[in-house]
Amino acid sequence: MKEKKDTIDKSLKRKHKLQAKEVKVFYDDFKAIKGIDMNIRANKITAFIGPSGCGKSTFLRLFNRMNDYVDGFRMEGEILIDGENIYKKKVNVEQLRKQVGMVFQKPNPFPKSIYENVAYGLKIQGIKDKNYLRDKVEDSLKQVGLWSEVENDLNKSALALSGGQQQRLCIARTLAVEPSIILMDEPTSALDPISTAKIEELIYELKEKYTIVIVTHNMQQAGRLSDYTAFFYMGELIEYDKSKKLFTNPEKQQTENYITGRFG
Amino acid sequence: MGPNAFGNMRKIKERVIEKGLQASALVTIAVTVGIILVLSIEAIRFFSEVSIVDFLTDTQWTPLYTDKHFGILPLLSGTLLTSFIAILFAVPIGLSISIYISEYAPRSFRKTIKPLLELLAAVPTVVYGFFALTVVTPFLQSFIPSLSGFNSLSAGLVMGIMIIPFISSLSEDALHAVPNSLREAAYGMGSTKLQNSFRVLVPAASSGIVVSIILAISRAIGETMIVAIAAGQQPRLTFDPTVPVETITAYIVQVSLGDVQHGSLEYRTIFAAGITLFIFTFLLNTISYRIRKKFREKYE
Repeated sequence: MKEKKDTIDKSLKRKHKLQAKEVKVFYDDFKAIKGIDMNIRANKITAFIGPSGCGKSTFLRLFNRMNDYVDGFRMEGEILIDGENIYKKKVNVEQLRKQVGMVFQKPNPFPKSIYENVAYGLKIQGIKDKNYLRDKVEDSLKQVGLWSEVENDLNKSALALSGGQQQRLCIARTLAVEPSIILMDEPTSALDPISTAKIEELIYELKEKYTIVIVTHNMQQAGRLSDYTAFFYMGELIEYDKSKKLFTNPEKQQTENYITGRFG
Repeated sequence: MGPNAFGNMRKIKERVIEKGLQASALVTIAVTVGIILVLSIEAIRFFSEVSIVDFLTDTQWTPLYTDKHFGILPLLSGTLLTSFIAILFAVPIGLSISIYISEYAPRSFRKTIKPLLELLAAVPTVVYGFFALTVVTPFLQSFIPSLSGFNSLSAGLVMGIMIIPFISSLSEDALHAVPNSLREAAYGMGSTKLQNSFRVLVPAASSGIVVSIILAISRAIGETMIVAIAAGQQPRLTFDPTVPVETITAYIVQVSLGDVQHGSLEYRTIFAAGITLFIFTFLLNTISYRIRKKFREKYE
């Protein structure tokens, strides 16, 4: 009987990679998140949509504790990854962030060479084996489809790449550390349509191996890319469903108003 | 008086202010040109009597004695030695402070500590000089009994204390100017604060940090009172920090205050020494200006 319960728990955990339980976030007196419960499934792409200031980015950044550095930040409730509360005192935040990678709105490569950018995450873990690093760099750049474009320029500055290439480099840099979850905060909003298409294609391929959560302002992007979509408004989770359902037949009037462009 | 009269008045006022500002800018340039001119003319007169080769290669500097030698090297070595000690002391401390303030300290602490640190640069240098002579030297002598009463070690150390705020403040500005997106990138990959500081931020702010160090060197080379009081007045070509030396600036003070006759060769030595000093600080300032310009382009 107990065994059975364990397997149920395990499969549940596998299904719900990320969980939020009664999460509230404050910046000093401002209530940015007003109590959200949410389960995010493994190996799926989940999109967060909503108007600016609705709390979707703040909520995303809870999963790798990036809000910790914000002045006046305070959180109530629990965030669980694989069933573990990541806001417990003994949690090693650096270790957590190796498991939960992040890609940002504006491509932010380090002012170092392409090679050093991708190798960075491994080097800070103390890995020095040159051959291993080289393989890993090649591997990661191949995963994002950048290898053929840069294989002869690995020692050139990453800042010389185009915006789209930089963003793919940033994804490669994240993949090199082998996370299981990737958080993306409007990863294509600073890019041209062709680069955006490339990155979307890449994100779609990545979901086989990773659990992906993506914040986006682009409704079409959320619709064509994600399996699930969550609509946030004023610090609350208004609606969360399969993307197909949410975009074609939303339950709530607010959601419908937003996705049809009546506000936001 | 109609509205036009007011308009004219305002126009005249604008003109006066504009001309006034222009004049003050021109005065500064004129003064600088004047100084360079006087320095050059007197130095040229000096070099018409003393060969420039002797000046650069002779290892003795004894223009005030009967056996006259005019080798700048002893003064140069004194200057470089004291400055080197100061930099060696100030760079690690200044840099540590800047990293601490920029990355570790709470914001409120940053606001109080920065002006306090900059106060270090506001202490009159003559006070530093006596501090070196009467506190630091006796203290060091309890560890190094062979240390002379005048020496470049304690003068250099105290000069180091004086230039710490140059390095810490300007480096902190440079670190602070690194875009937050880089910090987020580094933290997002699992960097600790230390890894973030030394592997990402310091390299990213390196040009600003180098500029701060160059300006500090320039300040140390030009510093006068501390070395005049605590390092001694014995020009000698040595890199031993425990013995008395003389720096270019200290020599200039010595001659200016002494009873050397105006217009004599001995008197002109201070212009030769002065122009040497000027060339050094001018070069350092030019380098730092160039780096700063490049640095600005990078982030805009």
